[in-house]
Amino acid sequence: MTGEQSHIRVQTQLGVSVIGFSESRITDELVIQKIGKELLAVVDAQPLPKVAISFTGVEQLSSAALGVLISVNTRVKTKGGKLCLCDIAKPIFEIFKITKLDRLFLTAESVEKACASLA
Amino acid sequence: MALHHLGDPLELDYVLKEMPGDVERVQAMIAAALQERGYSSDAMFAIRLCLEEALVNAFRHGNQFQAGLTVRLWGTISPNEVRVEVEDQGEGFDPGGVPDPTADENLEIPSGRGIMLMRAYMSEVEYLGPGNHVRMVFRREPK
Repeated sequence: MTGEQSHIRVQTQLGVSVIGFSESRITDELVIQKIGKELLAVVDAQPLPKVAISFTGVEQLSSAALGVLISVNTRVKTKGGKLCLCDIAKPIFEIFKITKLDRLFLTAESVEKACASLA
Repeated sequence: MALHHLGDPLELDYVLKEMPGDVERVQAMIAAALQERGYSSDAMFAIRLCLEEALVNAFRHGNQFQAGLTVRLWGTISPNEVRVEVEDQGEGFDPGGVPDPTADENLEIPSGRGIMLMRAYMSEVEYLGPGNHVRMVFRREPK
């Protein structure tokens, strides 16, 4: 991730990697691919990943972005870790409901609640 | 690309050559037209999402990002209805052959949700010809 602008921000709270997005619209194919690589790098850096992905400020999401989140979730599960999606605006959460991905992902109202559920 | 103002309804006709630049420009012009006509933020969210899915499918699956191939978008924006058609220069596909992404066994497959989202948010979605042409209608009144 050196030399290129990162599309995610990572902080640690209560032993949980809290990830936020730099983009409000996660729809560009190239950006989504880069986000996927960055997210997987965060997951792979931890032996037992605990990851909260915050959707604060995210206004638009495409099906390609859903695909990346599914791949990240699969990697986290393979490593025996936990992933929680949080702070999802109502229109964005509707996408998860329509695709029934709200059944696949653990979700929380806020970053704090996500960290508490993962800690 | 050309935008023809023929009164109301507003007629759209664009030829897109590349992603993401042309897609962003078309999305911005359509969003401005919708806003001028008082479409709600929920409606604009839905239309933007469906246009994105249709255009990405056209460039990625239809034209397979081949240089020189284009995607055409045309239609009308009326006060109560948006009609958009997107056609690529690929071989097409059978939309009925796309597996249901909401089935338990497919839930963890990372692709195949674009068409489903288009069908969920639009009032009408119809694939024409060999499947390289999609027609979508969004009506402002409840579905």
